[in-house]
Amino acid sequence: MTVQLDARPPVAPASGNHRPSSGRLSRLDTRFSPYLYIAPFFLLFAVFGVYPLAYTFWVSLHDWDLLGTDHPFVGAENYTRLLADVDFWHALVNTLGIFVISTVPQLLAALWLANLLNRGLRARTGWRMAVLVPNVTSTAAVAIVFGVLFGREFGMVNWLLDLVGLDAIDWKSNRIASWVAISAMVDWRWTGYNALILLAAMQAIPRDLYEAAAIDGANRVRQFWSVTVPLLKPTIIFCAIIATIGGLQLFTEPRMFHSGTNPIRGGPLRESQTLTMYMFENAFAPHYNFGYGSAVAWLLFALIAIVATVNVLVLRRLGGGSGPRKGAAR
Amino acid sequence: MAVFPRRRLAAVALAATTALLVTAGCGGGDGQGGDGQVTLTVDVFGQFGYEQLYQEYMSAHPGVKIVERGTGTNLDEYSPKLTQWLAAGRGAGDVVAIEEGLLVEYKANPGNFVNLLDHGAADLKGNFLDWKWDAGLTADGKQLIGLGTDVGGIAMCYRKDLFEKAGLPTERDAVSQLWPTWQDYIATGERFVAAKTGASFLDAATNTFNTILLQTAGNTTGYSYYDTSGTLVVDSNPAVRQAWDTTMDIIDSGLSGKYGSWSEEWVSAFKQSKFATIACPAWMTGVIEGNAGPAAQGKWDIARVPGNGGNWGGSHLAVPKQSKHQAEAIELAKFLTSAKGQIGAFKAKGPLPSSPQALDDPAITGASNAYFSGAPVGTIFGSGARSLKPVYMGPKNQAVRTEVENAVRTVELGQRNPGQGWTDAVTNAKKAAAK
Repeated sequence: MTVQLDARPPVAPASGNHRPSSGRLSRLDTRFSPYLYIAPFFLLFAVFGVYPLAYTFWVSLHDWDLLGTDHPFVGAENYTRLLADVDFWHALVNTLGIFVISTVPQLLAALWLANLLNRGLRARTGWRMAVLVPNVTSTAAVAIVFGVLFGREFGMVNWLLDLVGLDAIDWKSNRIASWVAISAMVDWRWTGYNALILLAAMQAIPRDLYEAAAIDGANRVRQFWSVTVPLLKPTIIFCAIIATIGGLQLFTEPRMFHSGTNPIRGGPLRESQTLTMYMFENAFAPHYNFGYGSAVAWLLFALIAIVATVNVLVLRRLGGGSGPRKGAAR
Repeated sequence: MAVFPRRRLAAVALAATTALLVTAGCGGGDGQGGDGQVTLTVDVFGQFGYEQLYQEYMSAHPGVKIVERGTGTNLDEYSPKLTQWLAAGRGAGDVVAIEEGLLVEYKANPGNFVNLLDHGAADLKGNFLDWKWDAGLTADGKQLIGLGTDVGGIAMCYRKDLFEKAGLPTERDAVSQLWPTWQDYIATGERFVAAKTGASFLDAATNTFNTILLQTAGNTTGYSYYDTSGTLVVDSNPAVRQAWDTTMDIIDSGLSGKYGSWSEEWVSAFKQSKFATIACPAWMTGVIEGNAGPAAQGKWDIARVPGNGGNWGGSHLAVPKQSKHQAEAIELAKFLTSAKGQIGAFKAKGPLPSSPQALDDPAITGASNAYFSGAPVGTIFGSGARSLKPVYMGPKNQAVRTEVENAVRTVELGQRNPGQGWTDAVTNAKKAAAK
């Protein structure tokens, strides 16, 4: 560390006694040291964020066989082929379908859970910790267990359905059923996490707002929708964006849900193949077409940006009330 | 940018873009122990049966320690990992197993592997069946990327207890007589199903399809999805269509348990005795034993496969160029693929030797398998091995095979009728081949 830290305020010295070199150092310090302080983030972001992004883009412009040594430049060909690829659009629909089926109930359930935990419960800390437990289990382990639970012939879910007199469902080769099964996995894991975030935000809501509402005659339900939810809006937006990013990149759950030959397809007719799985299938086994896989990655990136933006816009309009940055969105 | 080797860049991008690669367990290949010991990592899939041989080798070579990875994993997990390691330039073991269906793809980029011909392997040619040796050579014949391990002579494994329940013969010769052809096999299956034992006649149509295809192709054209010039012939090779039609008959007759091959359900179905027969390349015996477990010991037996012979599977051992201990790795690969090594593997887990000397050895010809009711596996699998006709596999064999077998699966599950299934198979195979 050669930079000398100087605690004096960055004003020019009043007396002429100072050595000029020290003054210059001090000026340099105040001008440049802030950049040094924030540099670690930008360095890390450049190495782990910008560089892979740019490199993936570079790869996506080439006919890049993973094992090959020649990688001819093909321009946008990978992208034009991809846009005409029905399997790509199929995976996109799967991804969005699973995303909607998992995220909407997840956030509603998290809100409800947070509201429960916000009341005067006995052993409150215990309950609050308990909802986080699913989140600390290994995703792969969860997915394997759920994969077995949702088995066609030996699975417990079908056994339960049978007990109540319903027909068994082939969870792995029925498109909607597989979406539901995978969403169940995602929700099992992430609802508690979101509930804790919402709970933290709920506790920051001043009590006197509720008292005022109570005096105005608002019951609990009314208080929840008219006080709690509007004030939670920024947090709900945060949760929704995080869920969007996670939901659109969903990989481990659907991948481990399927077992057997070529599970990366997500079922014989690609019933629950997500975009990340399609990316993997192309970039790695069985196609080893790194360029094409990279093009999928880039389109996925674009998609996440679009959906996140839509998310923010929609959520800002919802709740109608006085969001702090409402004007900025217009 | 040009300062860095491309491979290195690829490694970084690989890790960062997907963020999904399991990096744990990728550290192999380094292993120079502090005491001057060399650690060799061997990457395999399924059941190679090498444990005993490692012990033997290590006691003969005190400076070498052998670590194996991957026993019990299926090929679909193994092959992408191996390819990633090769592309990234690090992570692969010092000795790696390559299955025959992927060999062509790896041979297309031979630079990833040590040329074993430069290391005295040429003298070993006589230790292997001719076609097995040739399969390890690149197209120009100048580089040998792998030494043969096993070949996949095919039989039919069956559950004696279920056959008895269904009133069928249980003795292996009598069972073999039940099905000289696949149509006879189907007829037997119909009898079995009519007896309502609570089990299906076979595990899944996909494995059976592949067996019929490789058998038919071996007996007729000598190639399956690609002809020997590398042209995709999935819709014009009569062998493919014939295997498809026979498989559709099997599905139509309701013989399949529809347990997707290699899935969790498939393994459960083994444990719960849910099917009576399974197409059985020699290496499958080890898989059956592993899946069905000790409880089923003596309940299985082995009969002749319907139709005439055939070969499915078999691997080679190669040494990646990235290995830091190439010389030691080559020695180990030579040992494991020697007649002695192949006999040891056969005794442990059943993969059928590709070495004529091993096939003639009394240890093989006289071998029986206690798990399979003492079936004389040495003669059942070994007798046909000399006359096995190899099937040529084209450049995108694995991807094309995946598509066609998936189409079989959709028909089996009732998602498609046979006509739609065939259209899917052809369309998707062409698409996969073009990727």
